[in-house]
Amino acid sequence: MSITLRLAWRNIWRHPRRTLLTSSAIAFAAAILVFMVTLQRSSYDKMIDFTLRVYHGHLQVQPEGYLDKPQIRNTIPDARSLASHIRRLSGSASLAVRAMGFALASSKERSYGVQVLGVETENESQVSTIPGLARKGRFLSSGDAQEAIIGYLLARNLKLDVGGELTLLGTGRDGSVAATVVPVVGIFKSGSADLDRQLVQLPLGAFQDVFSMGNHGHTIVVVGESLEHLEELQRVVRSGLPPGSSLVVLNWEALLPGLKQAIQMDWVSGWFLYASLIIIVSFSILNTFLMSVFERTREFGIMLALGARPGRIGVLVIVEAVWLTLLGLAVGVLIGTATVIYFHIYGFSYPGMEELAAHYNMPAVIHLALSPLSLTLGPAVILLVTFAAALYPALRIRLLKPVDAMKAV
Amino acid sequence: MSARNLSLIYTLAWRNVWRNHRRTFVVLVAIAFGIWSMATLAAIMRGMIEQQVRNAINNLTGHIQVHAVGYRDDPVVDNSMPPPGPDMVEVLRGEHVRAWSTRVRVPAVVASERESAGVTLVGIDPEAEQGLSFIEKAVTEGRYLESPGDHGVLLGRKLAERLETSLGKRVVLMSQDVDNEIADRGFRVVGIFDANMEATETGYVFTGRSVAQEMLRLGENISELALVARDRQDLSAVLQLLVRVAPELDIQPWTKLEPLLVLTVKMYEATMLIWFVVVFLAMSFGLINTLLMAVFERTREIGLFQALGMRPGFLLSQVLLESLTVLMIGLVMGNVLAWATIASLADGLNLSAFAEGLEWAGISSVIYPLISASDVISANLLVVVLGIVASLYPAWRAARRVPVEAITRI
Repeated sequence: MSITLRLAWRNIWRHPRRTLLTSSAIAFAAAILVFMVTLQRSSYDKMIDFTLRVYHGHLQVQPEGYLDKPQIRNTIPDARSLASHIRRLSGSASLAVRAMGFALASSKERSYGVQVLGVETENESQVSTIPGLARKGRFLSSGDAQEAIIGYLLARNLKLDVGGELTLLGTGRDGSVAATVVPVVGIFKSGSADLDRQLVQLPLGAFQDVFSMGNHGHTIVVVGESLEHLEELQRVVRSGLPPGSSLVVLNWEALLPGLKQAIQMDWVSGWFLYASLIIIVSFSILNTFLMSVFERTREFGIMLALGARPGRIGVLVIVEAVWLTLLGLAVGVLIGTATVIYFHIYGFSYPGMEELAAHYNMPAVIHLALSPLSLTLGPAVILLVTFAAALYPALRIRLLKPVDAMKAV
Repeated sequence: MSARNLSLIYTLAWRNVWRNHRRTFVVLVAIAFGIWSMATLAAIMRGMIEQQVRNAINNLTGHIQVHAVGYRDDPVVDNSMPPPGPDMVEVLRGEHVRAWSTRVRVPAVVASERESAGVTLVGIDPEAEQGLSFIEKAVTEGRYLESPGDHGVLLGRKLAERLETSLGKRVVLMSQDVDNEIADRGFRVVGIFDANMEATETGYVFTGRSVAQEMLRLGENISELALVARDRQDLSAVLQLLVRVAPELDIQPWTKLEPLLVLTVKMYEATMLIWFVVVFLAMSFGLINTLLMAVFERTREIGLFQALGMRPGFLLSQVLLESLTVLMIGLVMGNVLAWATIASLADGLNLSAFAEGLEWAGISSVIYPLISASDVISANLLVVVLGIVASLYPAWRAARRVPVEAITRI
């Protein structure tokens, strides 16, 4: 076998220029793939992490059916005790109880329909970035404080500033009128226009009072340490639910199906592009090998006449292809990885991204993540495809007749 | 170089191309595939962009909007304006404008017996909205509004579900009137509409314009005037005319109303161009390699040509012409294939598996690929021009051969 390897290595250097060009094509494709796949996967992680940390969290415990129809009478009884029970079970995860209702929010001059959210002031900052995003003023102080924070677009629409009075008028859990007047203590900018335009946050205690909720809540938001162990966390949280209850544990894919699909869509369309790139490159390899087989017809004829079996020569050609590919891949992966490391340290950005990112409150620079899978996925696919491309010339050798082949020009 | 020489070179180049037909064929397939992937992807992307732009324009944006100054910052009833005067109407009836309409558009709260939600109340002139916005064609249950004085409301399907209401039931709409008092009024749901985006279905409630004006005590005043011009790309003429007749109003084209959309379009176009170059580079390796092989195996022949007095420039153009021939055949094959692919997708590329993800990006789940002349031309031009540039190296190698050395070489 080792003689085949050496023979193949020497054969590919019989035409150094051709070999260099062909392996450059492979190197080029490999470098592009390493970089692009890493870029894609890094931006997904960033996108998921950022999107979830703003508001939704990794998991939510909700009453069944609440996701589709968020009705105020569909509640989690004694939500805070349940939350602390789950917190004990899950160890490191952060949990916070929320309650939600709809109200007409009015300032002196304006009225808008808004979403009112009751939050546990002491826990909310662990599951959501909104408490830290106050552009003006501060976050809510304590569980029963009569105060509110609102999104900056809503503040602008209501012509309210910190210190202004906000009147809320809605319907409580029992159908009674829920009304209160609270001072605005903070104004936040989350980057999600929906939240900034229609979210009002009250301390949970104050919310429960105004909306006649008793000790009920609507969701328990859970944020684990990372997305990797989410399934396990989901199991733990589920085990903490009271037996026979109709509560469900929803992960982020259920909470935000759009996010998941947008990522899948991007991934699939990305691979459509990569596939065209790989196919074009493999044509160039196919051509090189067709040529190298045809120009050696005489040589193969002699080898056959000397007793080499066609299979052995076929293997030789394939080994040549693998050498060539590995050479190209090595260079390509090296260049690709170097590029990735550079952008891992200095961050990657492209024109226009800054404006878009600022709009969504996302970072304008992506620091590429070094992941073995991202680095090897593209090259592995290239290796497979080039191998397939070399099969055809290799199989053609079986058709050679020694005597005719030796006569070939 | 005379015409006779040219035809000689061409004959030589053409015959050279087919000396090794298998090799030429593989290169052709690679080029054809490359141009196919460029053109097809460009058409799909173009289709997506076009759809995004159209959806935005249909979604009550139009090509140009006219508001009172301050409305876009603070879209309330206070920032309303009188209906268009005779000068303005003359411009609107002019040759540049295809459809226009006036609207009342204010934030409101809609409440059924069970639930309530924050929405935008849009008072429309039902007939004038034809060809201007999506709503006229979107009603799938019940009926569309009949006149500006129609007392019915149209709700989006998702909103009707959330409110637990349905066709024929009553809802209450609340908003602020011009005196900052809460105005409320009961309406009967006469139609349910479906929209591409869930946000549209839950965000808008439509009623007759005069009814909204009466409820908000606006008199004849309106919040918005939207128009669709003959050509979306060329709005400067209309804009100028409008600004001349109504200098006191805030007049904006869609590119200013939807800056993010314009940015997205630019990013798509940049991505497309980068991708063209990447695909081309991958192709060029194969092209250069094949040409080089062709030149080297003809070393003797080239030396002979030179010994017989063929000048280097002649040889250079011969190889370039060979490359051009291969490129052109590949391009024709690729373009025909791309056209066939796109034609077979004329009924739309169904991506409903990613529907919600696409909705995030403001795209509907069925994409209609769109062939744009500029994309096709730029892809083809890029391949031909850069292809010739890439062939310069093999061509130069061919021209550089020293006759004696070349002939004696085996």
